[in-house]
Amino acid sequence: MIAIKAQELTYTYSVGTPFEKTAVDHINLEIEQGEFVGVIGHTGSGKSTLIQHFNGLLKPTSGKIYINGTDLWAEDTVRRAYRVKVGLVCQYPEFRLFEETVYKDIAFGPGNMGLSPAEIDQRVRQAAAAVGLKPKTLDSSPFELSGGQKRRVAIAGVLAMEPDILILDEPTAGLDPKGREQILSLIKAYHKQRRNTILLVSHSMEDIAKYAKKVLVLSKAGVVMYDDVANVFSRAKEIEKIGLSVPQITRVFELLRDQGYPVSDSIYTLEYAKQELLRMLEERGVPHA
Amino acid sequence: MLKDITIGQYFPGQSILHEMDPRMKIVLTTVYIIMLFAASNPLGLCVSIPFLVLAYGVSRIPAVMILRSLKPVLPIIIFTSLLNMFFIDGQVLWQLGFLKITLQGLTTAIVMSIRILFLIAGTSLLTYTTSPIALTDGIERLFSPLKRLKLPVHELAMMMTIALRFIPTLVEETDKIMSAQKARGADMESGGLTRRAKALIPILIPLFVSAFRRADELALAMECRCYRGGEGRTRMKQLKIHSRDIFCAIFVGVCFAAVIAINLWAPVVLTMR
Repeated sequence: MIAIKAQELTYTYSVGTPFEKTAVDHINLEIEQGEFVGVIGHTGSGKSTLIQHFNGLLKPTSGKIYINGTDLWAEDTVRRAYRVKVGLVCQYPEFRLFEETVYKDIAFGPGNMGLSPAEIDQRVRQAAAAVGLKPKTLDSSPFELSGGQKRRVAIAGVLAMEPDILILDEPTAGLDPKGREQILSLIKAYHKQRRNTILLVSHSMEDIAKYAKKVLVLSKAGVVMYDDVANVFSRAKEIEKIGLSVPQITRVFELLRDQGYPVSDSIYTLEYAKQELLRMLEERGVPHA
Repeated sequence: MLKDITIGQYFPGQSILHEMDPRMKIVLTTVYIIMLFAASNPLGLCVSIPFLVLAYGVSRIPAVMILRSLKPVLPIIIFTSLLNMFFIDGQVLWQLGFLKITLQGLTTAIVMSIRILFLIAGTSLLTYTTSPIALTDGIERLFSPLKRLKLPVHELAMMMTIALRFIPTLVEETDKIMSAQKARGADMESGGLTRRAKALIPILIPLFVSAFRRADELALAMECRCYRGGEGRTRMKQLKIHSRDIFCAIFVGVCFAAVIAINLWAPVVLTMR
């Protein structure tokens, strides 16, 4: 099933002023249900604008957007329902916390969906557990927590709505390496458990290579590539041309190939790299432990 | 939605109006306001029409922007016009029960609306063609004589600069917070007054928190760069009066003289109260 479909999607900011800017330009895209997609593109390539169309926050200047086959802008009543079916975790979501307690803040989304108190309670506790928050944290004020914990609360607030499609806009920006690792593993675990569609916007090619299955490359308000991680990163030269980088390990292997070593061109994680090196050494008859 | 607020929005360009000295622009805008209210006669008000058309033409600000700046004051204009129309005594034109429209009331209503419209259109031009920084710079220099009276002119100007500087930032922040809460199913468009007021809480609290955080960070950044008030500060951009400023001043002076002349000698067709 197609979860997200964009048809000639175009969005222009500040129409009719000197600040007019087309941030999304005639994008055609189809994302399958259950996919884990990494979204990359340098600043200003239209990533954030594009993903805000997926839950109906922005109205396309022209073109259509379909979620699970429904045209978001055909009827007004549809949109609010889809806003909770497509959960969007915006950039720096911890600055949007507002309730007295963590519990109440996570319950905001499910509460807006009009669920029963028992259902809300269950969802809040599940979501909090999914992001690794301790039950006693639920009673403290979100403003007392550390940055990383606040971020988890904010992500839990979206997870509690149990969206079919989860979109995360740079969920690890400004976190330390340990915090990044934790949040991304939690998301990966959540994906494994629920098999829902996930879109992860990130500037870290290593993170994308490690967690995503497919990569969507945006540049200058358009889609450049949408393919499996291996296929995308094997086109390293093209990616570098539009001002992005490939994972470091891919670069290393690219240089090895340039030097004449017969290594594969689709190495993008350390694990693959190790296997590939061992394979090559074995072929050459170099003994190793 | 929030981005439609234009009062105080700078519209970059390279016209003579953009390049004028901000002090001169502020003075001339004040003169223009006086001119609008000095015109005791509809004919005198008409002088402002070619004046505004010329000014907007020279500045190359699209006409749509005038309409945008006028939109928020329309309710006020309609309200005052209605009051004027029905409550000024004079020659009765139309009557229904206790409601009556008089000739004097009607003319006052029209003249007042035109005045307010021109006032907003004219003063918006100042903020459209002057960057907020240049504007407060001009204000600071204009008010600097008040320093003798121990008025903290520099500090006030700095506060204004910072406030103006942060309007777009806060608007953007509000937009982002609204999107984030809408993404969590917040409903801000429907429901009664109390429900709508309650729906504002998830927006206002993060907004206040972020405003205080920004203020804190800004204060720290200013201190790190050794800011310690106006005493002995020099400027990177010195303000100078050029020939174009003199030219514009003469032009406004002529218009003002015309208004006074019309007041004194023109046949008083429709005298206003």
